[in-house]
Amino acid sequence: MALTGLFLISFLVVHATVNGMIFFNDGGVTFNEWAHFFGTNLLIRTMEIVLFLGLIAHVVDGLMLWSQNRAARPVKYAMEKGGANRSWYSASMGFLGTLILLFLVLHLWHFWVKTRFTGIEGYGVDAAGRENLFAVMQQTFRSPAAVIIYVLGCFSLFWHLLHGFKSAFQSLGINHSRYNGLIAMCGTAFSIIVPALFALMPISIHLNWIK
Amino acid sequence: MTKLDSKIPPGPIDRKWTDHKGHIRIVAPANKRRIDVIVVGTGLAGGAAAASLAEMGYNVKAFCFQDSARRAHSIAAQGGINAAKNYMNDGDSTYRLFYDTVKGGDYRAREANVYRLAEVSANIIDQCVAQGVPFARDYGGLLDNRSFGGVQVSRTFYARGQTGQQLLLGAYSALMRQVGKGAVQMYDRHEMLDVVIVDGKARGIIARNLITGAIERHGAHAVLLCTGGYGNVFFLSTNAMGSNVTAAWKAHKRGAFFGNPCYTQIHPTCIPVSGHHQSKLTLMSESLRNDGRIWVPKNLEDAKAIREGRKKGSDIAEEDRDYYLERRYPAFGNLVPRDVASRAAKERCDAGFGVNRTGEAVYLDFGAAIERYGKQQANIQKIDGPTKEKITELGRAVVSEKYGNLFDMYENIVGENPYDHAMKIYPAVHYTMGGLWVDYDLQTTVPGLFALGEANFSDHGANRLGASALMQGLADGYFVIPYTVGDYLADDIRTGPIDTKRPEFESAEKEVKDRISHFLNNKGTKPVDDFHRALGKVMWDKCGMARNAEGLKEAIQEIRRIREEFWKDVRVPGKADGFNQELEKAGRVADFLELGELMCMDALHRNESCGGHFREEYQTPDGEAMRDDAHFAYVAAWEWKGKAGEVELHKEPLTFDEVKLTQRSYK
Amino acid sequence: MGNMKLTLKVWRQGGPNDKGRIVDYPVSDVSEDMSFLEMLDVLNDDLVRKGEDPIAFDHDCREGICGMCSLFINGEAHGPGRGITTCQLHMRRFKDGDTIYVEPWRSTAFPVIKDLAVDRAAFDRIQAAGGFVSVNTSGNLVDGNALPIPKDDADKAFDAATCIGCGACVATCPNGSAMLFVAAKVSQLALLPQGKPESKRRALAMVEQMDKEGFGNCSNTGACEVECPKNISLEHIARLNREYLTATLTKE
Repeated sequence: MALTGLFLISFLVVHATVNGMIFFNDGGVTFNEWAHFFGTNLLIRTMEIVLFLGLIAHVVDGLMLWSQNRAARPVKYAMEKGGANRSWYSASMGFLGTLILLFLVLHLWHFWVKTRFTGIEGYGVDAAGRENLFAVMQQTFRSPAAVIIYVLGCFSLFWHLLHGFKSAFQSLGINHSRYNGLIAMCGTAFSIIVPALFALMPISIHLNWIK
Repeated sequence: MTKLDSKIPPGPIDRKWTDHKGHIRIVAPANKRRIDVIVVGTGLAGGAAAASLAEMGYNVKAFCFQDSARRAHSIAAQGGINAAKNYMNDGDSTYRLFYDTVKGGDYRAREANVYRLAEVSANIIDQCVAQGVPFARDYGGLLDNRSFGGVQVSRTFYARGQTGQQLLLGAYSALMRQVGKGAVQMYDRHEMLDVVIVDGKARGIIARNLITGAIERHGAHAVLLCTGGYGNVFFLSTNAMGSNVTAAWKAHKRGAFFGNPCYTQIHPTCIPVSGHHQSKLTLMSESLRNDGRIWVPKNLEDAKAIREGRKKGSDIAEEDRDYYLERRYPAFGNLVPRDVASRAAKERCDAGFGVNRTGEAVYLDFGAAIERYGKQQANIQKIDGPTKEKITELGRAVVSEKYGNLFDMYENIVGENPYDHAMKIYPAVHYTMGGLWVDYDLQTTVPGLFALGEANFSDHGANRLGASALMQGLADGYFVIPYTVGDYLADDIRTGPIDTKRPEFESAEKEVKDRISHFLNNKGTKPVDDFHRALGKVMWDKCGMARNAEGLKEAIQEIRRIREEFWKDVRVPGKADGFNQELEKAGRVADFLELGELMCMDALHRNESCGGHFREEYQTPDGEAMRDDAHFAYVAAWEWKGKAGEVELHKEPLTFDEVKLTQRSYK
Repeated sequence: MGNMKLTLKVWRQGGPNDKGRIVDYPVSDVSEDMSFLEMLDVLNDDLVRKGEDPIAFDHDCREGICGMCSLFINGEAHGPGRGITTCQLHMRRFKDGDTIYVEPWRSTAFPVIKDLAVDRAAFDRIQAAGGFVSVNTSGNLVDGNALPIPKDDADKAFDAATCIGCGACVATCPNGSAMLFVAAKVSQLALLPQGKPESKRRALAMVEQMDKEGFGNCSNTGACEVECPKNISLEHIARLNREYLTATLTKE
């Protein structure tokens, strides 16, 4: 889980960086330029496959752990005070992961399927004459329902990362009193900044902060 | 009268063990595979013996009543383990450890055994270090030592306040290694309920599987009893709830003599009793006496005010405190041996100076230590003119580093912070020096039946020094029995497996089953604990810290009454074939009820005071124990004659060639 | 005698194959000086007098070191309070009128024997798989001081070695994982020079046995560390992870 998790975390950095280009607020020109580069570069396309494999591995691994862990305690406690010794989200990684996965299906349907398979020619071209992925975003986030789902997805991601980030280090054996604080701080910062950045996109597009 | 043969090897004391090892018979490796050994109990003695014998190639079956071999009560020993390493360069030596132990035992131990114990003590430390036991170390990376009661050198190795735990886990891990290899078959949650004698030799045991209730027969060429002490005869003691005498008592009833049953150690630093519900007493390690000062108020009015809650210990001015151990024993002060410290506490409380509600408690105060350490730390940390608060803070940190877990334990139980308020302590039953009589080879009077550790009458004479129980358990298990059992087993290489279908097994099993069915069909009215509590009270009042002939005679009558009522009126619910803790208790209490009487008889016959046995009739004018070496320098070994109370006394005279008998003085 | 009145909701189960259920027991005259187990003693005493079957529960030393006592009390292993076992839990932590749930450890690897007593032999099997230093008894070992061990390492090894094998970590873990137990032993021996030669083999063997026993997987919730009566740190799990990873990557 830790290795695939950290790999997916590294993807989030790339994804957030590329998408962050919309905040140039230049009608999506910079964003489309980056998106075009990432959509056509052979290396990136190969990594896309690796990414999917990583995601699948993360999900399958997670499902296996979930089923093993369930089998480890067939009779539940009549009274369990989980809050006394753990955070709810650290004990709900499977649930949060499932939410993220469901969101991901929708998200892929919204963007990835369109760019890769059905095509986005219908959205025209941007000022620089490139195919206009930005317009797809604008179109998608016109719906308030989509915005809400995206924001909820980001919340799930936040909780998932809040535990997942530092947990990955622990699983890899990286635990040292001198650096634990730093890891926890980075983890918390990352879990806030990245999902917040993502959440800001549908919100700002919907509210026409960026055009 | 049967002559007891202690089989002490000839020669000078420091050559006896080496020469003996060199001359006794051994079993060849190929033959060891044909020999089965049963080890009952998996504490320090049993765990160490089972592991060592399996390493040598014997087939070992190990039994314990707990759910895992790791839980034997050796685990609760806190303070440390003695060894004559002389790492501190303070004049320690094998001889000095030997001498201290014989003297501490008030000259009632067998010299040759004690010398051997001192001799192998250093090996124990090396063995444990090799197993990964995390002893306390100094910054240089070397092993640290501390001092303990009754001695003037620092020879005690320790692992914070959990030395017994660490040593036991070392032995347990060695044992589990053999279990993993298949060399030891482990039977946990099994209780030995009888020993089977075939043709005069111990050839197996009857055990109850505590989960299924099945009565099982197990045959072997030798049986080792490593089943600990019998302090629970007092109901309240620092022993674990399950600690019992059953294995040793069954052995006694099958012919093994019981040695010095009346020698009981009362530990001076335990948490006082809080009420009727009390199920056991908790020990505060003797190591606390290194830094804690024991006192009661000088004035009766102050003591009364404290008992009534009108005053606190801290309200009593320094000059109104009676540090009675320092006053009476200036040379050893708070570090006098356990028996001396316990009796002194009882003496003060009986005189009306007790400091808790029940009047049975004295203070163990760390105020002076906190201040001393605080000043020391201030110097080390170069703090100029530290405030009183700063000194206290620094001092507390040191005390917490040394004794933190004990202080936490105390606070949990008493609900009072011992850093702020002086601890209250009172003596409690802790260890029994008596046990199955064994010869130099640790063999009982029944051939093939050996007793190790606290279960035997041991090397401690009439009083055991602190940190010596761990030493003895491991010495017996690691370094004595592996040699001596071979000498016995050398005759058995052609015996072949023991047939458990023999009539001796049959009849022993029947006796066990009959007793169980008696309990379950008794239809009495009172739970087992009622009888145990009643027995405990008689024992504590009349065969406890101080005894007298009249009280002991009464006690014998009272115990007989309780025993009679027990068999008539005990109620044991549940079934035989399943997990039944009341049934387990009933069997154990039945044996305590017989043992208690023997203890009183032994105490009554020994018309002297020595070590843990204090007869009020025999004391010096200033209240110290008065031995009678002319008449009582012997081991009393009692032979069962078929019925409780019917016993024959055998004497093993004790001769002292190395140590001159004197009155112990810690002044 | 005390004056607290409590309602206990206790798991009763006749035997390993029986279906259990929660049974309510009112208890009165509870003193705050009693330990939790002494309170159960009082209840059992009463049950025996009434001719009922007393509640089976494991306990032995009653001073927090043998690891025999268990009990999931009011939703927490060893009940409320930190760094203590059930036998060290005193009734002053409860108040008059409280309702207290008392359940056995719940884990596939710890089947119930009766009522609140469970079988923890799985821990022994894990220990037998590799929780030791392979050294025979011998009177001829090197001197204990021949090999200096840095105080920090010795202290850390000791911290890990304080594990009492009670199983609270498993009982508490939402996944029923035994990682803290295994880590404590692996870490203790990996920290000491005596344990180093076989540290890789040990980590692999103990983890393999742990998995065989049906324990769940560690997801680093940290619940075990909080409930551990000996305050054993997650740091040791990280050390186990390191040992295990390097052992897996370098095994032949």
